[in-house]
Amino acid sequence: MSVIARKKRRSVLLTIAGVRETGISIFILLLVVVVSLRSPYFLTVSNIKDVLMDIAILSIVAIGEAMVIITRGIDLSVASTLALAGMAVGMTISSHPEIPPGGALLMGMGIGAVLGSVNGLLVTKGHIPPIITTLGTMSIYRGLVFAISGGAWVDADEMTKEFIGMTKGEILFIPNLVFMAGIVAIISYYFLNHTSTGRQIYALGSNPTAARVAGIHVHRNLFLAYLISGILCGMGGVLWISRYASAQSDTAVGFELQAIAAAVVGGVSTLGGSGTIPGVLLGSLLLGIVVNALSLVHISPFWKLAVQGLIILAAVVTDALLSRRLQQSRSAEGTS
Amino acid sequence: MTSLTKAPPKRFIMLSLLLRWEWLLVLLIIVACFVNASLSRYFLDVDNLFDMTFNFMEKSLVALPMTFIIISGNIDLSVASNLAMSAVIMATAFQSGLNIWLAVLLGLCIGTIGGLINGLLVSRLRLPALAVTLGTYALYRGVAFVLLGDLVVKGFPDSFIYIGQGNVLNTPVPVPLLLFSVMAVVFGLVLHRTAFGRLIYAIGNNEEACRYSGVAVNRIKVIIFALSGFMSALAGVIMTARFGSVRPNIAAGLELDVITAVVLGGVDIFGGQGSILGVVLALFLMGITRFGMSLKNVPGQVQSTLIGFLLILAILLPQLLRRFALRSRG
Repeated sequence: MSVIARKKRRSVLLTIAGVRETGISIFILLLVVVVSLRSPYFLTVSNIKDVLMDIAILSIVAIGEAMVIITRGIDLSVASTLALAGMAVGMTISSHPEIPPGGALLMGMGIGAVLGSVNGLLVTKGHIPPIITTLGTMSIYRGLVFAISGGAWVDADEMTKEFIGMTKGEILFIPNLVFMAGIVAIISYYFLNHTSTGRQIYALGSNPTAARVAGIHVHRNLFLAYLISGILCGMGGVLWISRYASAQSDTAVGFELQAIAAAVVGGVSTLGGSGTIPGVLLGSLLLGIVVNALSLVHISPFWKLAVQGLIILAAVVTDALLSRRLQQSRSAEGTS
Repeated sequence: MTSLTKAPPKRFIMLSLLLRWEWLLVLLIIVACFVNASLSRYFLDVDNLFDMTFNFMEKSLVALPMTFIIISGNIDLSVASNLAMSAVIMATAFQSGLNIWLAVLLGLCIGTIGGLINGLLVSRLRLPALAVTLGTYALYRGVAFVLLGDLVVKGFPDSFIYIGQGNVLNTPVPVPLLLFSVMAVVFGLVLHRTAFGRLIYAIGNNEEACRYSGVAVNRIKVIIFALSGFMSALAGVIMTARFGSVRPNIAAGLELDVITAVVLGGVDIFGGQGSILGVVLALFLMGITRFGMSLKNVPGQVQSTLIGFLLILAILLPQLLRRFALRSRG
């Protein structure tokens, strides 16, 4: 009996995740069909590569953001972390051009790790709510970007060809940037779904008290989520300055809301405990396709924000209605 | 006997009164004033002090309903976008020939509708406020961009400019400061002296319990979100009058400053606790600190860094003190 009940329960949870990802996939397909009818250029290899390149950094940062949101937290400092890591690395490679791109990438991830652990420590040891912690560090990290650079930029001519080429090259016809995002996604997927630490992150997000009672080390796992978010932002920062060949004190301002939006559109619940890596990737893809499509069908780029807002609202409303419907049908099954 | 048993609680009350958040803020304001006065001899000048308030009255107006919303356990990220949307609609209506005061009325209506939409989505569909207002954050700012693109609306009449830049009669008191003072008193009375205000706290403490005891939770949520929309639009009117122009990116990032002020003012981000007085003090503390730094030509981004530190320290320090006190007692 209990086995059957458990199976049923699991199938309901699977259905929610499955329905959610199928839904957004169908929506993306419809969008692709409509836009490609209007613009033949849309489905060309070079445009598809452009879209994927554009969303690669977003999806890397959004994956870290998603892990934090799954723990019932939020990381508002991602854009500032990205900018600070990018600026620090940019300044270092402009004075030490001998540093290879891989070294720069590691350095960025290291800086991101430090900034992420500051968030993690404040949340776990300082008992400061995540939204407050990261609101504070968002301003602090952004100010530090300005402080270390004095407001100056790091330009393309201060970067080596290899460094800029890091995000321009291709491996097996796949742009490097997309390749790296793919690796991050696969590792994160494995981590969240197939390691006990990953499962514990879901557990503490869906019910912190139960997780604690069950012996899950809540603080360690929370800390880990912020650490990972920081590392991915640091990586995103180095990739960002390589792709756009400049580091500025206002790099990626407002990017935190893009990252949260990608996660939320991809089905990560702001109430914690649910969300998947494929969902986050689909969320980033949808946001990226919309921006790309607007310019292809000659709609003013000023529509971008409004359309993104509507997509976020649609996703949130769909999620709520869907989970309510499934819950109702589950309770109906239970009584019959 | 009775005096013996009564004495400790009394002293405890005195201590807790002294340790109240508001007094800490007052202390910090005094420190900030001392620092500013020693940094610049222009600081302690009546006209200067009054002029200083121009810079933060818009966010102060928005912070009042934000206090209600956060106490009720919700959040509104869309305030600055709503401000921009209503200001842009007001400006374009004025540009196409509408009387300026009718345009202001239109702007206020648009802002209220924007807030109403948030409230309805949060209450009727029971969606998390963070997610809903993240969506409308993008949507409302997007509407502002769709309507105005990269254009600017200018050329407002002097009578309109007056409400953002003028002083009351012949006193040095700025009009926005007077408006804010009146609003702060009204919001304070509503929150601390009416049943409606008590219910906001109750919802923040336990929403489910409120629903089961027959509190019209949905209606209250709709009202406070609509109020937030109205005050955002009002702040938009003042800001437009102060700048004398409107762009779609007006007040970008204001929502974070507002939330910082509310939390610094001692409002619990999880709801159920806080006071208008604390928020007003925090607004002035932030305003004075920023003003002092701009007197010394500290760039805006470094100012934000300090505000960020202030926010984290304000929450971390009392906790550390409490822990220290417990340890030394135990």
